[in-house]
Amino acid sequence: MAVISYREALRAAMREELKRDDKVVIMGEEVAQFNGAYKVTEGLLKEFGPKRVVDTPISEAGFIGLGIGASMLGIRPVMELMFWSFSYVAFDQIVNNAGNIRYMSGGLINCPIVIRGPANGGTNVGATHSHTPEAILASHPGIKVVCPATPYDAKGLLKAAIRDNDPVYVMENTILYNDKGEVPDEDYIVPLGVADVKRVGTDLTIVAHGRAVITSLKAAEILEQEHGVSVEVVDLRSIRPLDEETILASVRKTHRALLVEENKPFCGVDAQVAYLIQSRAFDELDAPIHRVSSIDAPQIYCKRMEDQQLPDVNRVVREALKVLA
Amino acid sequence: MAKPAVLTHPESLKRPAGPSEYAKDPVNASMSKAEKIALYTKMARIRHFEQRCIRIYQQGKIGGFLHLYVGQEAVAAGTISLLGKHDHIITGYRDHGHGLMVGMGMNECMAELTGRVTGCSQGKGGSMHYFAPDKNYWGGHGIVGGQAPLGTGLAYAVKYMGLKGSCLAYMGDGAVNQGAVHEAYNLAALWDLPMIFVIENNGYSMGTSQERSTAHPGCLAKRAEGYGMAWDVINGHDVYEVRAKTAIALKRAHEESKPTVLEIFTYRYFGHSMADPDKTYRDKEEIKEYREKKDPVLAFEQELLREKVLTAELSQQINDAAMAEADKAAVFADESPDPTVADITKHIYWEEDNRGPDTTSRGTIIFE
Ligand SMILES: Cc1ncc(C[n+]2csc(CCOP(=O)(O)OP(=O)(O)O)c2C)c(N)n1
Ligand SMILES: [Mg+2]
Repeated sequence: MAVISYREALRAAMREELKRDDKVVIMGEEVAQFNGAYKVTEGLLKEFGPKRVVDTPISEAGFIGLGIGASMLGIRPVMELMFWSFSYVAFDQIVNNAGNIRYMSGGLINCPIVIRGPANGGTNVGATHSHTPEAILASHPGIKVVCPATPYDAKGLLKAAIRDNDPVYVMENTILYNDKGEVPDEDYIVPLGVADVKRVGTDLTIVAHGRAVITSLKAAEILEQEHGVSVEVVDLRSIRPLDEETILASVRKTHRALLVEENKPFCGVDAQVAYLIQSRAFDELDAPIHRVSSIDAPQIYCKRMEDQQLPDVNRVVREALKVLA
Repeated sequence: MAKPAVLTHPESLKRPAGPSEYAKDPVNASMSKAEKIALYTKMARIRHFEQRCIRIYQQGKIGGFLHLYVGQEAVAAGTISLLGKHDHIITGYRDHGHGLMVGMGMNECMAELTGRVTGCSQGKGGSMHYFAPDKNYWGGHGIVGGQAPLGTGLAYAVKYMGLKGSCLAYMGDGAVNQGAVHEAYNLAALWDLPMIFVIENNGYSMGTSQERSTAHPGCLAKRAEGYGMAWDVINGHDVYEVRAKTAIALKRAHEESKPTVLEIFTYRYFGHSMADPDKTYRDKEEIKEYREKKDPVLAFEQELLREKVLTAELSQQINDAAMAEADKAAVFADESPDPTVADITKHIYWEEDNRGPDTTSRGTIIFE
């Protein structure tokens, strides 16, 4: 086991898949010569050359669409979006083309594309650059969405995504890029659709994804230390496919659920999770389900206020105590 | 990649910097001494404001992205100095220079960068999202190319209302590869809109040089021909040339309601944003060359010294005052309060901010 950063884990996943399969191509703005706007693809051009690692113009609709087209013929493009916020100029390609082509062709055409990049707030860059579209995209059948929270999951999920025959959209988080964690030296994948119990507990289930998992783990620690509460933290890892059984098993054990995400609340991922719990484990619940999400407004620029807008440890602790009351 | 046989650059760009051959152009010759000094003062103010921002960023008081306009001052200064009551502008995220040119105050601009409620957007927009609609300045847009259709819409509205006006939409050399820009070109040409697309060609889009991003027949402006639009190339180091050639496009917009694409050759002295270490994609020598030989603020100072409009002392005074103004703005930004948590959910909907007997919708619109 090596201890590497989330960024290095993503890079290792791409490196290994570039080696394993010569159909894998890395493409995006500044990914090659500049080594990546966030240095995720650093060194890949040098190692694999310009046929495999390709810089694009600022033409997301064009190059993402091109990647989708190439994937239809068996190429496995791993497209970087500098921010998922920029996916909105390529929305038609991402949703209408990648998401529908297999269905509309009666299963004749597959679309094994991966699109990856950061999708997070918290970096003081304002509303246009802080979108978290996992719920929007996952609401389209035909599309798969994953949100890794740790280096281990980042590497395993990205490798699984690259080998997957459907469009998989990997949503990373710039604030996590420097986080370190243990990652095996040998080849492994994290299958899509498998949640991970990141902390075992008995009194309350927190369901989270992405950086909200890290926030929830910190809150769980405080709840244990200061309030003597045993919290289980379920990391969804994958939004669609969604591991319903792991969520339900945890709730059946703790009988209380708090859902935490960095999305805005309306139609967020946790709206679906809350529905799931009440429909399949209603009788197990000892208290209403609560949610913590971002304050419902476009992302504010002011950093001090943005930190309040996003779910923070204090808010999660406060809300957890309400569920436990 | 197809390399153009002949690069279409403005003639003046090929010659060493010297007295501007556009000094005698009517739009420049007709300027009063006071107007010339005012124009120089505005350029100096942009320069000093931006340089003050660097220090504040380094102190950690400005976060996120900070895209500086240093080196490009003559573009905003030259074009905007020509505009009248019904002329509008819109740009991308490198938007401070345009803001100061339309008359925004350094205080509100600086306070926006540090996220204060006294900022032009009340600390909600940040560096990339300046707005001053009262000054016909419609932003400040973070998504590359997104402003081109919006600007075309402003031009449409001006024409619709029967006003003699225009819209100038600024974008970078990288932005011309966004689909939205091409769609806007087509609409502007198809519907004869009083539109000027201004490409601020500083040679790079982030770390990508123009040759590595763009297939082009000699220059970026020439793509206008595909839409039957007029176009021109301009030396952006000479504010007189910017004015002279923009004036022609403006006349075309005002009198014929026809669009133009202007490509203005310019250069940025700092990294793409403050987050760009600027070490990998261009030589230090290249930057030095531009700074020393083509600086638009210095060139205009020299021009005005030669014309005896400026004296060395007056220039010194202007620069000192601009620096002092930027210092004061920094203090203002420091001393201003933040927005509050309650402010986060204000300004989302007109109706929520204006609840009264006349507002009609019901139901929950902001969620917990
Ligand atoms: C749709 C979209 N894609 C990518 C980006 C990230 N980005 C911001 S500025 C920029 C480079 C733009 O270069 P150019 O158009 O030449 O303008 P300049 O920065 O040189 O003024 C990129 C890639 C973005 N903001 N929006
Ligand atoms: Mg540029």
